Amino acid sequence: MANQSELIAQAREKVNADVLPALLGAFAGKVEQIPPSRDEIPQVFCKPEAIAGVAHFLDEQGFNMLVDVAGADYYPKRDPRFEVIYHFRQLPGLGMIRVRVRCTEKDQVPTLSVRWPGANAAEREVYDQFGIKFKGHPNLTRILNPDDWEGHPLRRDYPLRGPRALINLEMPADENRYHAFVDEEQPAPGQTKEGK
Amino acid sequence: MAGDMHVISEHQDRMTLSIGPHHPATHGVLRVVLELEGEIIQKAQPEIGFLHTGIEKTAESLNWQQANVVLDRMDYLNSLGNNCGFCLTVEKALGITDRIPDRATVARVILLELQRIASHMVFLSTGGLDVGATTPYFWGFDVREHILDIFEETCGNRMNPSYIRIGGLAQDLPANFKEMVDAFLKWAPERIKEIKDLVLHNPIFIDRTRNVGKMDMNTALSYGLTGHNLRVTGSDFDVRKYYPYMGYENYDFKVPVYTNGDMWDRTAIRFDEVDESLKIIRQALDNLPDGPHVIDDRKLVLPPKAEVKQSMEALIHHFKLVQYGFDVPAGETYHATESPRGELGFFVVSDGGNKPARVRVRPPAFYATHALPALLPGHFISDMIVIIAGIDPIFGEVDR
Repeated sequence: MANQSELIAQAREKVNADVLPALLGAFAGKVEQIPPSRDEIPQVFCKPEAIAGVAHFLDEQGFNMLVDVAGADYYPKRDPRFEVIYHFRQLPGLGMIRVRVRCTEKDQVPTLSVRWPGANAAEREVYDQFGIKFKGHPNLTRILNPDDWEGHPLRRDYPLRGPRALINLEMPADENRYHAFVDEEQPAPGQTKEGK
Repeated sequence: MAGDMHVISEHQDRMTLSIGPHHPATHGVLRVVLELEGEIIQKAQPEIGFLHTGIEKTAESLNWQQANVVLDRMDYLNSLGNNCGFCLTVEKALGITDRIPDRATVARVILLELQRIASHMVFLSTGGLDVGATTPYFWGFDVREHILDIFEETCGNRMNPSYIRIGGLAQDLPANFKEMVDAFLKWAPERIKEIKDLVLHNPIFIDRTRNVGKMDMNTALSYGLTGHNLRVTGSDFDVRKYYPYMGYENYDFKVPVYTNGDMWDRTAIRFDEVDESLKIIRQALDNLPDGPHVIDDRKLVLPPKAEVKQSMEALIHHFKLVQYGFDVPAGETYHATESPRGELGFFVVSDGGNKPARVRVRPPAFYATHALPALLPGHFISDMIVIIAGIDPIFGEVDR
């Protein structure tokens, strides 16, 4: 039996030589190759709208396991600041690939929870902690934090000790808290917002 | 709550029932909203987050070595495994994987396998208790007690030792480490076999667990199940075999595989995994080399205390490491380890500073908990208890 580390290296070479060029060819302009980091997993950047197609393409190539969906915030170093990171794995083929979707809080990233039901909860966690929205998700609600929680805690500009960390006695009480990102447009001056 | 229990308008014969979060059978703080027809579950929705402590956020505010300490509070039955997974990831990001001394690596293997046995013992004890078997509870915790005694002697702490550090171990193994583990290896197999005889072929246990919570391999893969939950469906995916780390490819052990995918298999596979772990510990203990227990790199690990009192340079290194820590090159690193519950992956983002920019834990039990909607329908409520016990969630890890 060949050495397992050689088999892993072979699988990695195969992904680099076969899967990546095909992926770049099929999604020209949407997918961009980036050099691997220290863990040597081949990685690509992907436009948010293309991730469903990319995942389907990888599924056909034998990447049948969605290992993880993770969020990351690169504020203030990068714009767009967020990334959704998918790890795919071929089982039992050993090949792995990392797809990184750069997005803003206004982007809608297509959900993968139809093909991989396990992504359902993981995407909810990314939404909960970062405020990244997933298009077509069946139940995009908070999962770890309470439903009425303010803000998205894993953002880099969210205070470590929570909303109350900003308490400053000189500020008026209603401004004296962490303000969550507001998605909808503010009403024009003179007009009042409907509802509350 | 009264509002949680009502008749659903579109299905007049159905009723919703909320179980948990404070229910002894949910192994922690899991709330499951069930839709019942009579006593049969038609739909189930798990709700988690009751133990959310923001460990990932806290880790971002600590430096690399300190982050280790909060991460072992995650899966509290596998705290050394959490330490080890994080340290291996950071070591990979630093590029020092090859320079870790052999003694540290072999000691890590022994401790991790002991931890695996301890975790499996808790699974078997509490899982047995859930189906009404009281004796394995005491015997299993007895075995675990012996392991925790070894940890206490070795690491100074029983539950959250933070003993495995970036670069090696916190301190050298005690002089009597070999004797302690040796004594355990002589005593434990017989005890574990007794528990096995008591549980596995007991007719009541078989009645409660056979064909309960069945799942096939493709469904398990699509739900992201790993570890024993995947291996009972016929896959032999074990990170230790597929992506060997810490020299696991050099040990002679097998990956037990079952094909029925039910709760009896999930229990039986645990006993086989314990046997394999005992084999690994025996091999590792016989080959435990002498030598340093940490990497010889003063930029990463504290110099010995005696040296700090003599040498100016050692004092500077000590001060710098305590005050600032060390930088990790910018980049993203993923590393998977096999925890008792499945693939425990760490995805670490560094921006080049002395603190992690992001620590993402891929918690195996998080995915297993969210496979409950596929496992529960068609079963009785009393089977729900068995199924939750069988997928073995630890809510410190699910909620982080």
